[in-house]
Amino acid sequence: MSTGHLIAVSEFCTAHQIEITFIESLAQQGLITIETVNEQLSIQDTQLPSLEKMVRLHYDLDINLEGIETIVHLLERVEALQHEMYELKKKMGLYE
Amino acid sequence: MEFVDYYSILGLDKNASQEDIKKAYRKLARKHHPDVNPNDPAASKKFQQINEANEVLSDPEKRKKYDQYGKDWAHADQFEQARRSQQQQPFGGGGQHFSSEDFGGGDFSEFFESLFGGQGRSRGGRSAKFRGQDYESELKINLTDAYTTHKQTLAINGKSIRITIPAGIEDGQKIRLKGHGGEGVNGGPAGDLYITFSIINNTGFKRVGNDLYHTQDIDLYTALLGGEVTVDTLSGKVKLKVKPETQNGTKVRLKEKGFAVYKEEGKFGDLYVTMNVKLPTNLTEKQKELFKQLSEMK
Repeated sequence: MSTGHLIAVSEFCTAHQIEITFIESLAQQGLITIETVNEQLSIQDTQLPSLEKMVRLHYDLDINLEGIETIVHLLERVEALQHEMYELKKKMGLYE
Repeated sequence: MEFVDYYSILGLDKNASQEDIKKAYRKLARKHHPDVNPNDPAASKKFQQINEANEVLSDPEKRKKYDQYGKDWAHADQFEQARRSQQQQPFGGGGQHFSSEDFGGGDFSEFFESLFGGQGRSRGGRSAKFRGQDYESELKINLTDAYTTHKQTLAINGKSIRITIPAGIEDGQKIRLKGHGGEGVNGGPAGDLYITFSIINNTGFKRVGNDLYHTQDIDLYTALLGGEVTVDTLSGKVKLKVKPETQNGTKVRLKEKGFAVYKEEGKFGDLYVTMNVKLPTNLTEKQKELFKQLSEMK
């Protein structure tokens, strides 16, 4: 288990004006991990960037859970490919 | 400044219903939203245009004004005046020419600002606000700098940002600076800045996680008879005892003399020193004779 800071799910939901059931659904789908600490649902702060992105996809773009799961998976691939491309460009720069 | 065709941006014709506008906007927003197009400034720009088109066409009042003046956006106010004066003087008016002014920008186009002014943007409502684009940046630092927590000033898009780099940061590690990315659209929050660290090894040490590896040359006599060598560490020089008959390639662990552990102040990995026994060269005749005697004794 990671040793990062924990954020209460209820606090996150209040700050973002969203329902707690949405976060629970993400956890059920395996998209985030919720921990129970002192009888309070919490998330690791390292999950914040991806969680905030999923919140925006759902509330700003009306994307359902299945759609979010697909997008998250494809975005991981896009970012990995972008990183690979960046590394290759850097290597190519050495030979130019 | 050019006329912006909001209908063509959303792929609609002028008779589109509110439902058509909503549908077209949703579809395009999903395609060009910064969250689904990481590191793509073109998509971000397109998204702003879509958002602006929706802002105008989904609001009946703004749409009416836009439809009424359309391509004559620059003359909207003057037309209003001319229309009023023509109503008073049926044969007057006409022949006037109005030049466009240089209007201020913002997240929306100059065209939008000129037609609706700074107050034209809608306030409130979750769907109208969008978060700004996330930025990615790479920062190169020396291994010796990564060993201690230090502050560094970065210039990101013309702004100076002072950040604290915690000791122990790894090569390729990414940190997030909340709110230092692109500006939000329509009053939405700014995006984040992600900095990927590229650590340049400016030392003779090899870093593996929190541990450091180093090869130390020792002479044959120290290796055989034992003694002391001075070893470099990132926190200074330390004296290391060499046991008699130390073999070439012997590895010695110096506890907590390795690299700083990330976000665990005062904690360090270990330093592994590999002994590299250097054989003497340019032997004198006497030395050769003594080595010969040694070889005959084995």
